[in-house]
Amino acid sequence: MEATSTHAIDLTLLESVLVRYYGRSRSALLPLLHEAQAIYGWLPREVQEAVSRTLRVPLADVHGVVEFYAMFYNEPTARRVVRVCEDIACTLRGADAVAQAIEAELGLQPGETSADGRVTYERVPCLGMCEHAPNGLNGTRLAGDLTATAVPDFLAGVHPEPEPKIYGTPLLKLGRIGKMDPLSFKDYLAHDGYVGLRRVMQYTPEQIIQIMESSAILGRGGAMFPIGLKWKFTRGAPGTPAEKHIVANADESEPGTFKDRAILEGDPYSLIEAMSMAAYVVGAENGWIFVRGEYPRAYERLCHAVQRAQEEGYLGRNMLGRQGFHFNIEVRLGAGAYICGEETALFEAIEGKRGFPRIKPPFPTTNGLFQQPTAINNVETLVAALTVARIGVDEWLRFGTDESAGTKWFCLSGHIQRPGLYELPFGVSIRELIQMGGGVRPGKHIQAVLIGGAAGAFIGPEQLDAPLTYEGARQHGFPIGSGVVMVLDETADMRRILYKLSHFFAHESCGKCFPCQIGTQRQMEILQRISHDGGPRPGDRAALMDIGFTMTQTSLCGLGQTAASAIMSAIQLWPELVG
Amino acid sequence: MKRQTQARIITLKIDGVDVAAREHETILELAQENNIFIPTLCHLDGLSEYGGCRICVVEVKGSNRLFPACMTPATEGMEVITNSERLRLYRFSILDMLFSERNHVCSVCVSNGHCDLQYLSAKLGMTRVEVPYLNPKVDVDASHEHFIMDHNRCILCQRCVRVCGEIEGAFTKGVMGRGVNTRIIHDLNGAWGDSDTCTSCGKCVNVCPTGALVEKGKSAGEMVKRRDWLPYLRLMQED
Ligand SMILES: Cc1cc2nc3c(=O)[nH]c(=O)nc-3n(C[C@H](O)[C@H](O)[C@H](O)COP(=O)(O)O)c2cc1C
Ligand code: SF4
Ligand code: SF4
Ligand code: SF4
Ligand code: FES
Ligand code: FES
Repeated sequence: MEATSTHAIDLTLLESVLVRYYGRSRSALLPLLHEAQAIYGWLPREVQEAVSRTLRVPLADVHGVVEFYAMFYNEPTARRVVRVCEDIACTLRGADAVAQAIEAELGLQPGETSADGRVTYERVPCLGMCEHAPNGLNGTRLAGDLTATAVPDFLAGVHPEPEPKIYGTPLLKLGRIGKMDPLSFKDYLAHDGYVGLRRVMQYTPEQIIQIMESSAILGRGGAMFPIGLKWKFTRGAPGTPAEKHIVANADESEPGTFKDRAILEGDPYSLIEAMSMAAYVVGAENGWIFVRGEYPRAYERLCHAVQRAQEEGYLGRNMLGRQGFHFNIEVRLGAGAYICGEETALFEAIEGKRGFPRIKPPFPTTNGLFQQPTAINNVETLVAALTVARIGVDEWLRFGTDESAGTKWFCLSGHIQRPGLYELPFGVSIRELIQMGGGVRPGKHIQAVLIGGAAGAFIGPEQLDAPLTYEGARQHGFPIGSGVVMVLDETADMRRILYKLSHFFAHESCGKCFPCQIGTQRQMEILQRISHDGGPRPGDRAALMDIGFTMTQTSLCGLGQTAASAIMSAIQLWPELVG
Repeated sequence: MKRQTQARIITLKIDGVDVAAREHETILELAQENNIFIPTLCHLDGLSEYGGCRICVVEVKGSNRLFPACMTPATEGMEVITNSERLRLYRFSILDMLFSERNHVCSVCVSNGHCDLQYLSAKLGMTRVEVPYLNPKVDVDASHEHFIMDHNRCILCQRCVRVCGEIEGAFTKGVMGRGVNTRIIHDLNGAWGDSDTCTSCGKCVNVCPTGALVEKGKSAGEMVKRRDWLPYLRLMQED
């Protein structure tokens, strides 16, 4: 632990980095902190002071940012951090045994650094690879399907890296993954790359907006806003193209969600093409991809893809040979904060601030990134729009239902024989999806299914015939959310699962508003006691409901508004869990 | 919200009463002009809005959601309800949570009798705490020559952070951590007394709604806060 801290900090190592940042604005804060941390493994006081001077950001603000993001370290930490997922999908598939094996092998408890200062160990929330549960990260190397016996390989960095598991039909949006080299621009062109964008560039932006409106694509990030309308509003907002932004939300941190990672790692050029289309439609010259800090491989591939597209004239000025079509993309890496998936918190993060959500209105379409007009979309939403451009709206509307058009990605995980990412037309029932996934293990039966992620809701076995559509979800009282379908058989300890959910929210609450800051904590304390510290007491149910309703009704942003959603749904279905 | 001098006039209803407002005015500003009481904690005239305490939530007819009055612009035809049984319950519940976190034993506090939190609780008729107490022990920083920061009484309204940056321009105060581990800090979380950026202006102490920031040498109940200068200073800055 002390190995690094007693050393004097050699600031000359930082000089070559700092010179590239002098004169830049505060929005360079996160990238600079990432670079500085890559040198020292953590962010010593002297480094934070140097960062503050370089970007002219107040000391208290630099420190506040460092302390906000879980992957920035204010205390001596090794350059290599071993992280093992402790979230629900991994817990259901044996994460505890893996964690114990790692702890024994390293001789460390969560949060500790080895005596030689070479490795730090942590247990972390969902890593977005639930189809491979249980999962870990060794430095920047991903690992899936871990077992206790695989731990030495994992720690030695030779355990195989997991690839996305893709199933379903028709694979309108995921078809290229695994069939092409994700790094090769030529290969992308050979696999129908830029067919969609070239096709719609025959039309005016207004005509494309109409196409998108008739495609009925709703936002896949959870809020279900129609993409056509969002692009129309941003296009219509006052401002020049140089003052408008297209943002791809690749923060994907909702527990149980691992869909966008497949595109980011397996088909990164399609996101670039989709964003270019958005830029053409909206009239925006600035593009941003915000990818979560726990996706190092996705980040690397995106950076590579952006660079290649620039070299080939598919990003930059007068793109694709079209005079006046200027668009460029900057890839930004998060640093461990679920809240930064919330669109306004994401803007704050890009601007170099703590990820505190803003109050809406005003909305991003007029006051988004840097208070300028911004169209922010989830990765899947953008790829869906590009798919419509490529195959045509009539073909798209052949799939799904009237209200829920086209296909959706479902993240099937938990106690299921064939977990994976399933692209299916809207309308498939939960039972059918589970059957496609091979069902639960032989001899087991379904106890519960978590739909929509930690911010979603549980359903019982009697609701399995509900269709996975927006209208079906509304009728049955669960959100489609990010498409999470997590299966729990009778071996799952529901009290422990509820505690894990509450722990996630208490850990991720940004702290800005009172009901969520305190409510998530109280909720967790009660569920912790119920789960493994004395059991339920009279009054627990009432207290949980009271806290839950207050958070739902009065919290500032979607995190607090949904922090009790899955828990309250479980209490309604199985009141005996809490009393 | 910034006021505009030649804004359009709109009409709406607050608690059934017809009122006229300038466009861009917030529901809170409008209520105050019409002598309608809406409780607030993080709002303070003269500072930017924060929107964190949620005590000021109101109902708007036609929506199931609740809206923070301090940051919701009044719009034409809106029907606002500022006190209903539902609102009373939620405001109670938020205060309840505040008391369950940190330590607010008023009888020993120097701000006893001059505390916005205490005032609000009494005004809303709060007599008991429903959420189980936890009161984690946090620090007291008495390193500053004139002032004390008692984190146990801090509700994280960030008035101090805002006044320090927006009005004094010192940017000494900030906030670190997240969730219940959020803390007010000075510079890089050093002792307040060691801060090179603090001008010892005392503005943060005067805007603090609780006994978290106080002057040294006051005994229980003596700390009266002055903040009549704030809107005035803000006006001077805008000119
Ligand atoms: C706490 C929280 C976390 C979120 N995380 C994500 C995320 O990881 N990815 C995402 O696309 N949207 C996320 N969202 C939704 C975004 O705020 C926003 O609605 C979305 O990016 C809009 O894109 P869409 O219209 O394409 O769905 C989150 C929202 C909340 C409240
Ligand atoms: S609801 Fe939670 S996450 Fe959202 S602003 Fe409030 S404290 Fe932060
Ligand atoms: S005394 Fe003045 S400068 Fe010092 S922290 Fe308070 S507001 Fe900031
Ligand atoms: S110290 Fe006072 S003003 Fe500052 S956040 Fe805490 S309660 Fe608010
Ligand atoms: S990766 Fe472990 S729960 Fe998602
Ligand atoms: S006064 Fe409106 S949220 Fe605090």
